[in-house]
Amino acid sequence: MSNQVAAVVPRKTRGPWAVALAKLTTDRAAMASLAVFLLIVLACFSAPLYAKWAGVDPFASTLDAVIQVDGADVPVMEQSTEGLGLGYTPIGPTWQLGNYFLGADSQGRDVMARMLYGGLSSLLISGAATIFTLILGTAAGLIAGYFGGITDTVLSRLLDVLWAFPIYLLAISLSIVTIAQGISIGPIEIQSGSLWLPVIIIGIVYVPYVARPIRGQVLSLRHSEFVMAAINLGVPGSRILWRDILPNITTTLIVFVPLMMALNMLTESALSFLSIGVQPPAASWGTIIQDGQALLYTRPLVALVPGLAIAVSVMALNVFGDGLRDALDPRSKVRLGRD
Amino acid sequence: MKKLFLAASAAALLAGTWLAPAQAEYLKEHRGGTIRLLARSAAGTLDPHINYTDQGWQMYQPIYDGLVAFRKAEGKDGFEVVADLAEALPTLSNDGKTLAFKLRKGIKFSDGKDLGVKDVVASFQRIFKVSGPTSGTFYAGIVGADKCLADTKSCTLDGGVVGDEAAGTITINLTKPDAEILYKLALPHAVILPADTPAEDMGSKPIPSTGAYMISAFDPNKGMTVTRNPNFKQWSEEAQPDGYPDVVQYDFGLSEEAAVTAIQNGEADWMFDALPSDRLGELGSKSMDQLHISPLSAWWYAPLNNRLAPFDNEKARQAVAYAIDRNTLVKLFGGKVLASPVCQVLPPDFPGHEDYCPYTKNPGAKWSAPDVDKAKQLVEESGTKGQKVTIIVEDTAISRSIGVYLQSVLTSIGYVADVKPISSNIQFTYIQNTNNKVQMSVTQWYKDYPAASDFLNILFSCASFREGSDASINIAGFCDKDIDAKMQKALDLGVTDQKAADKLWAEVDKQVTDKAPAVGLFTPKRLDFVSKRLGNYKFNPQFNWMITQSWVQ
Repeated sequence: MSNQVAAVVPRKTRGPWAVALAKLTTDRAAMASLAVFLLIVLACFSAPLYAKWAGVDPFASTLDAVIQVDGADVPVMEQSTEGLGLGYTPIGPTWQLGNYFLGADSQGRDVMARMLYGGLSSLLISGAATIFTLILGTAAGLIAGYFGGITDTVLSRLLDVLWAFPIYLLAISLSIVTIAQGISIGPIEIQSGSLWLPVIIIGIVYVPYVARPIRGQVLSLRHSEFVMAAINLGVPGSRILWRDILPNITTTLIVFVPLMMALNMLTESALSFLSIGVQPPAASWGTIIQDGQALLYTRPLVALVPGLAIAVSVMALNVFGDGLRDALDPRSKVRLGRD
Repeated sequence: MKKLFLAASAAALLAGTWLAPAQAEYLKEHRGGTIRLLARSAAGTLDPHINYTDQGWQMYQPIYDGLVAFRKAEGKDGFEVVADLAEALPTLSNDGKTLAFKLRKGIKFSDGKDLGVKDVVASFQRIFKVSGPTSGTFYAGIVGADKCLADTKSCTLDGGVVGDEAAGTITINLTKPDAEILYKLALPHAVILPADTPAEDMGSKPIPSTGAYMISAFDPNKGMTVTRNPNFKQWSEEAQPDGYPDVVQYDFGLSEEAAVTAIQNGEADWMFDALPSDRLGELGSKSMDQLHISPLSAWWYAPLNNRLAPFDNEKARQAVAYAIDRNTLVKLFGGKVLASPVCQVLPPDFPGHEDYCPYTKNPGAKWSAPDVDKAKQLVEESGTKGQKVTIIVEDTAISRSIGVYLQSVLTSIGYVADVKPISSNIQFTYIQNTNNKVQMSVTQWYKDYPAASDFLNILFSCASFREGSDASINIAGFCDKDIDAKMQKALDLGVTDQKAADKLWAEVDKQVTDKAPAVGLFTPKRLDFVSKRLGNYKFNPQFNWMITQSWVQ
């Protein structure tokens, strides 16, 4: 009988990021959603190229334009020739890329080109608003959770006040106040009509959505052993926040990105639909739906296509966000919406 | 002036005699039933001394009466003022500054109370006590009005409106002759209400009325029910004719699309709101016999702020006037059947109108095509090229599309333009207030009464401009002392010679158009879509379709 002790061979383990990535890539639904979303992004970013190729200006009225469809000249706005000859109807889809593929809107503009430009605006606004929200929300959550006491009380109450307003009501109110005159606070000046206005408005209204869960996590990290040790060693608070706490909430922040972006995209579309987001003649999916509302009966695609684009984008972002959360945060602490 | 009144009365009497048997016969055959009207929303307060909307004024016609009224007739006859609660049109004295009325006897309010002189006097005081929207303009010429405007609550119009209960007479004294006073007295803001009507906005509470109908129920979120006034006996068919339906049910809340469908299905008889543009083609081809197109004395225009860059420069304003393609705007409004291009202020067929269009390719009487080259040249000459212009429009499909088109035009002639749609509820007051620094906007003006001054004097006189006020109807902020003096001269001349005055107004129209304080876009027409069962459709040029003069059975 031998009394031999087996040598412990350290197993090579993958890091948490690699594990998460591996898990994410095996999530078919998440990967399919990501692919769909990336396709949409790619298409939207090709908007200027598409407009140039098609030879259209998606922002100028072209009511008198005549295009060629199957070798025949067709006016972009067709006047009713029956009965009293009332009203003009924009041309319907030609299904020819670069030639009013989705037809025209009531200004005789190429809907396909506007769809792409609209998607670009929607993506840029929702993306920038997400970054804005994450920066403000993270800062508020970190400070409130780490410093506690009166700082926490004041910040938390401020967030509660913001939280107490119905989101859309708050966004609409802010938009109406700023829509005509823009924002002018000291050196910061944002012209009315600038895409930064919806970015800031949407960014602000969703701060509590990010700040509250972050504060909760920071509160718990604040009392963890490694943070207590750092404090006892006299490490400055800012360094602890930056080096010890922030890295531990990164996964939560990453999970927030697609989910917040989906939410912001919906809010942007709603505000633009109500004429208080993106301003004409610029396009966003919300403004195109608004334009299409007056054509629902004759040219329903003008409203349906951007609606579909919003639905697909938001669904893709949400499904991908869920996959990301499962991969990065198996305990699934982050849930959007009010509990 | 007096002769004019006599001639008008005689003509009205003849017309009334001719109409009487026909109406009596028809009343017998078609009287009864419920006519159902639809609108997206209510017209605001029910108070006729305050409500200043087309929708409200149209509905008041079979309900309320003034001392005089616009004749309930089609065509130009509908612009004629006839005696209503007064026995006859007033006799004038004191150089046209005193109007004497004799009240008809035996008229009762819908609550059963007798109409008396005290009701007339109290009603005129009430116009000021409730701070009626036109108290400071239309009725400011009544003696004592200045005191009433300064202290509304204790308004007596002492010496201004004098009643004699025993004689049944009312004397209205003016500070100076007013050629348009009868028009002003024929408007809903001067209808006669019971003397005990509270001197406050009655909001959703119906006020007893003298007309053929009365408001019996009202919920601003649901609808209004108008039924026959049990105390009504027709005294003048031309002023307040009996109506055909027993009930007028006005429902609120349906969208325009839903309203069209309801009318197509025979569930409703008429809709107030404009027909949705995507249904025009279909309705114009399949439901021609249910459509009625009528001219309107109205003006869609783009005020240019004469006190703010770049439109404080006359050449810049003229450039915009040259560049705008009115045919495109007509197209956006639904086509030539529904609108006509214009350059000038006064609408076609309006007193003082003489065709005039300097801002077109071939300047002359009519607009032909935009002159973009000329526009670009003027922008260069004005030195305003590259300046930023914001166009404020209403947040409706048609206004937005006009705004977007104008933005393209301004961009094409060298400006950096953008459009801001603002809720229809606030846009009209927003663009009036100079504090909002609105450079350009799109709005409409519908006549209050058929007089050139109602466009020119109201929209472009120096007195109509008020710095920092939401009620500065001279939106362009235009003020030209010479033109102002000419307008005053035309107003004075109208008291004695209306034809000569209209000639002078035509000159004023041309001068104002030349200065381009605002750009005329087009004259709209009214398109009414009615149910198949609705008969005897009649359009009055002053208050639009005469609801109760149509029948549904």
